[in-house]
Amino acid sequence: MTAGTRARRGARGRLPVVLVLPAALGLVFLVIPLLGLVLRAPWSTLLDQLAQPEVGDALRLSLVCASLATLVCLLLGVPLAWLLARSDLPGRGVLRALVTVPLVLPPVVGGVALLLVLGRRGILGQYLDSWFGVSLPFSTAGVVLAEAFVAMPFLVISVEGALRGADRRYEEAAATLGASRWHTFRRVTLPSVAPGIAAGAVLCWARALGEFGATITFAGNFPGQTRTMPLAVYIALESAPEAAIALSLVLLVVSVLVLASLRERWIGGPT
Amino acid sequence: MTARARIAVRRDNGFDLNLSLDLADGEVVALLGPNGAGKTTALRAMAGLLPLTDGRIVLDGRVLDDPADRVFVPPERRSVGVVFQDYLLFRHMSALDNVAFGLRARGAGRVQARAEALEWLRRVDLAEHADTRPRSLSGGQAQRVALARALATRPRLLLLDEPLAALDASTRMQVRSDLRHHLADYAGSALLVTHDPLDAMVLADRLVVVEDGRTVQEGTPTHVARHPRTDYVASLVGLNLYRGSAAGTTVLLEHGGQLTTAHPADGPVHIAFPPSAVGLHPREPDGSPRNTWPVTVAGIEQHADTVRVRLDGVPPVLADVTTAAVAELGLVPGRQLWAAVKATETRTYPS
Repeated sequence: MTAGTRARRGARGRLPVVLVLPAALGLVFLVIPLLGLVLRAPWSTLLDQLAQPEVGDALRLSLVCASLATLVCLLLGVPLAWLLARSDLPGRGVLRALVTVPLVLPPVVGGVALLLVLGRRGILGQYLDSWFGVSLPFSTAGVVLAEAFVAMPFLVISVEGALRGADRRYEEAAATLGASRWHTFRRVTLPSVAPGIAAGAVLCWARALGEFGATITFAGNFPGQTRTMPLAVYIALESAPEAAIALSLVLLVVSVLVLASLRERWIGGPT
Repeated sequence: MTARARIAVRRDNGFDLNLSLDLADGEVVALLGPNGAGKTTALRAMAGLLPLTDGRIVLDGRVLDDPADRVFVPPERRSVGVVFQDYLLFRHMSALDNVAFGLRARGAGRVQARAEALEWLRRVDLAEHADTRPRSLSGGQAQRVALARALATRPRLLLLDEPLAALDASTRMQVRSDLRHHLADYAGSALLVTHDPLDAMVLADRLVVVEDGRTVQEGTPTHVARHPRTDYVASLVGLNLYRGSAAGTTVLLEHGGQLTTAHPADGPVHIAFPPSAVGLHPREPDGSPRNTWPVTVAGIEQHADTVRVRLDGVPPVLADVTTAAVAELGLVPGRQLWAAVKATETRTYPS
């Protein structure tokens, strides 16, 4: 069998250079910058760099905001995914397209759009301000909103895919046992798409953690309040490049961890 | 009458189902027919998983579906239990939680639901598998959990979609006889969908044979087997089937007569053999160890390739013979003959 495979590979001939060359270049292009980050990292002073209070603040703020944004996305995105996958609403295709817009929209544009709606003079923001005294832009809550806006499509698409792949006959079985649609959703549908939700949440969290454009536009850049890691990296690059590299390294490690956790879920999950 | 249904479902692809079903209290009716006849569609309509195009479903005097009156009761509000073909046990729950699911969904407290579910598992002899996940259950066990789950909500009507089709031949026999017991204990009516005539004849009080979305014949298993109205029904339910009590290889039949089988058994059994296994002889054959008994020709029907002869005797029997044999044996009603069946041609099933 091995011999046969080998013979067949030989029979197919060598790989064409016109494909291999750009492929290798592409690989180098993707890997070299990351390698550069690792090579240039100030390893000797790394811990000192990360121990600076601004760094700690930015890291903590990033983790809290990304987690809160993920929570918001879960609470709103899972029902939205269910609606897209299960209901027979007219114009579902249009709805799905609308939901995916933030995915391709430049985040800065998202930030501007959020300002126009939720800003102090915004369409809704002016009432939030005058009626409840709530002001979202340039606050930590604003960071969460900006991140959720950009990251939600990742969750919705992932969960909707899982829902479409789930066998609906189990929901029918639940209905014949007397379960309402809500009870069925909670006890049958959700557990069966749990791996999809987990994968979506991890993607969503990673996207929120790296969010820059919408955050700086809508929430500004106030240390301890809205200056998340990516913003801190950008600012530090001007004044203290070593700190910027150290912060970038942390984000790189987080990304690799996220990727690893997703791999395990996708390979080891029951779906 | 417990359930009365006229089921009409039409689809754009030309599929057209139109049949009437009446189920009396405690009656087990088998919907028998080839794949694609519309059996499962009818079952889904009864369960409320598929709205009728036309017709009306009434259970215990309550209208469940009537498109003309714009009445449609969704499945979760019907007193109907379903055992699905591949059981559809919830994979993330234990057997116990599967059975408790319907009780919980109907508002029972956790402790009470689990206690009641355990009692149902005990009834199907699976109490020791309460904590087992469905994927670790055998096919027969999964079927019993599915049955317990459907019965736990005490439905007035139980629907079974090919409940034995997913099982291999060896477990099938045992599960079939278990199912027969549970259906006998169950107070409501049951509708069984199957393409297997043996399942239908063993489990049901009445057969409704469906072909291309229409009822072609209905009646008791014996009646349908002895008076098939079409060639299709004749070939489908062409089966000599008796109930009796086995002691070793001898089976004493319920309505008189006895047969010898090749496989020893004990206790109540079904014994079956196809009409083609029956030999007819002008006088008592001797020699080989087989079942022989005197019979009288009661009727002769010409079918596609063979002639089916109805014979009275103890027991009565159906025989398929060639057209040549009809002349050779002088087959006319009233003619006295001997029927012979080899022990090896018979099959016994515990009942």
